[in-house]
Amino acid sequence: MTDGMRERDNGHRETMIRLENLSKTFPGQHEPAVDDLTMEIYAGEIVVLVGPSGCGKTTTMKMINRIIEPTGGRIYIEGEDVTTADPDKLRRRIGYVIQQIGLFPHMTIADNIATVPRMLGWDKKRISDRIDELLETVHISKSYRDRYPKQLSGGQRQRIGVARAMAADPPIMLMDEPFGAVDPITRERLQDEFIRLQQDIQKTIVFVTHDIDEAIKMGDRIAILREQSKIAQYDTPERILTDPADEYVEDFIGSGASLKRLSLSRVQDIQTSDWPVAGLNDSHDGVRDKMQRSGKEYVLLLDDQRKPKRWVSMADIEHNGIPLSEAGWPAVAIVEGRSSLYDTLDTMITSYKGSAIVVDDAGRYQGVVDFDAVLQAIESMRPAQHRDGRAVPEGA
Amino acid sequence: MRSAEETRDTTLAEESWESPQTPETGGPSSGARKGSLLASKLVRYLTMPLILAAVCVGLYLWVGSLELDSIEQRSLNREVITEKVIRHLEITAVATLVVVLLAVTAGVILTRPVMRKVAPYIAAVASTGQGVPAIGVLVLSAILLDQFGFKAAVAALVIYAFLPVLRNTMVGIRQVDPSVIESGRGMGMTKTAVLFQIELPLAVPIMLAGIRTALIIVVGTATLATFINAGGMGDIINTGIKTSREPILITGSLLTAVLALGIDYLAGIAEDVLKPRGL
Repeated sequence: MTDGMRERDNGHRETMIRLENLSKTFPGQHEPAVDDLTMEIYAGEIVVLVGPSGCGKTTTMKMINRIIEPTGGRIYIEGEDVTTADPDKLRRRIGYVIQQIGLFPHMTIADNIATVPRMLGWDKKRISDRIDELLETVHISKSYRDRYPKQLSGGQRQRIGVARAMAADPPIMLMDEPFGAVDPITRERLQDEFIRLQQDIQKTIVFVTHDIDEAIKMGDRIAILREQSKIAQYDTPERILTDPADEYVEDFIGSGASLKRLSLSRVQDIQTSDWPVAGLNDSHDGVRDKMQRSGKEYVLLLDDQRKPKRWVSMADIEHNGIPLSEAGWPAVAIVEGRSSLYDTLDTMITSYKGSAIVVDDAGRYQGVVDFDAVLQAIESMRPAQHRDGRAVPEGA
Repeated sequence: MRSAEETRDTTLAEESWESPQTPETGGPSSGARKGSLLASKLVRYLTMPLILAAVCVGLYLWVGSLELDSIEQRSLNREVITEKVIRHLEITAVATLVVVLLAVTAGVILTRPVMRKVAPYIAAVASTGQGVPAIGVLVLSAILLDQFGFKAAVAALVIYAFLPVLRNTMVGIRQVDPSVIESGRGMGMTKTAVLFQIELPLAVPIMLAGIRTALIIVVGTATLATFINAGGMGDIINTGIKTSREPILITGSLLTAVLALGIDYLAGIAEDVLKPRGL
């Protein structure tokens, strides 16, 4: 996740892609696959098209680079009507990643990545430099330049697919279930890497998936589609989870929406409770004083580097003979500030005190969260009075 | 991040001419393995030429040990045999070249999406060539062209060998993974670029197999060209039959076989060399 409660100010953002009354009826079919879709995608955001199979999400995405030609409506990219532009030239401006990746098996990794730059007439030096740069970006060793795709693992191939799509630095990338064909662990890693990468490259990305969890993880905004690519809700993951537009969206999110919502927030963004802390070298009396003043039953002891070490209760301190470094019980259930509320809650449930200690990257004490703090955070996520969260298909 | 698939692919690569590489280090495989690979490759490449050479030497010694009568002498001499072999190779080469040009072009055209509906019918017509006995095709060709000789033989052989090349070109292009083509088109490659840079290179191994089959058909069937006065090895065999001279018959047959096997051997090497890397 990039930044916890991702604040967005879509009002001021520039529109990168605009689909206007877009329709597609395949030859020999009566019902349109995509019917009168209008939507806007802003520069630099990841928009996830999600819906059940056959809802037209892939068709919609493929109409943006006109791999599938629309039968009605207009496509605008950066304000320019590209509905009838030369499709080959249009596609060189748009990165394209598909689930099967489609690397050219008879070409080396370097040649695969060089495909679009060569078509754009870059000189050799520039192409070669770009290949090195991209391999580094996707964490693949430069020694792989002259390998062939079949010599790579599934995850590596997927990375090369992404590198190839980014080769000519297109402002827009279309990704059709790009992480669908790899195992769950690799998928998770690729997703995380891609989110990190996106923070740097800030591309406008249209991402298709049928997996709502992936949509929630990857999307700045999610368009939940029903049959014929009709928008059921088009909003941020937070809003979709806390305020689903209708039953269809609720069903699609499935059970556990509130828990999924928790995975979008970070523990550092919620109010930690004020907990008495003391140093390991403090006197027993000093610790007792602090405990009495705070009214809590336990005190957290920190070492010289302010790393949480032990919990002690009043009874532990009464045993004057035991040094503080051995009194009470060790401080467990420690989470980093970057952890999601979901993981924090999980840690809290497993810990025997029902609270978690929050630390920074270096492991230094930041605060303590307990169930109350998490509950409060959940409360604040609920829409105040079902504010204007319901998405209306834009331009409809 | 190595997968089982990767490991399997590496093992497979051992059988191909390309030296396998260990994914972690990126370096070439160990010298010993490479050495034994080279040795097995050498054995494979040298066996056939040695056998063919042995047959030729044996034939030469045997014929040399015989007392040839005047009829036999007229056929079994250096000038005649050289002339017949060259003629045979000319017919084979020209026919194969024409077949490749025509059948590959036809295969490409028939696999274009526009042709999807008519392709099966045209392919059916193309396959009739092989249904008719070779001698029939040769004679019909000579009659239709109203001339006996080289051109008629080439025309007949082209019809006869058309199918394997056409069929393999079509199969070769159709087996190309659609996602590879889609990703090419999706990156803005033109249809022509996709054909020449992706579809055809990826179809090459299967196309080459078809061309090799055509070559074998042509080199064998070209012996029948003698019946429409086009010359070639068929002349020697035919003389042997007509004059009941066994040495002529045996020499003609054995040399034809050596020629066919030799060409097949060369075609096999060409397949290895022309196969795109990475497949």
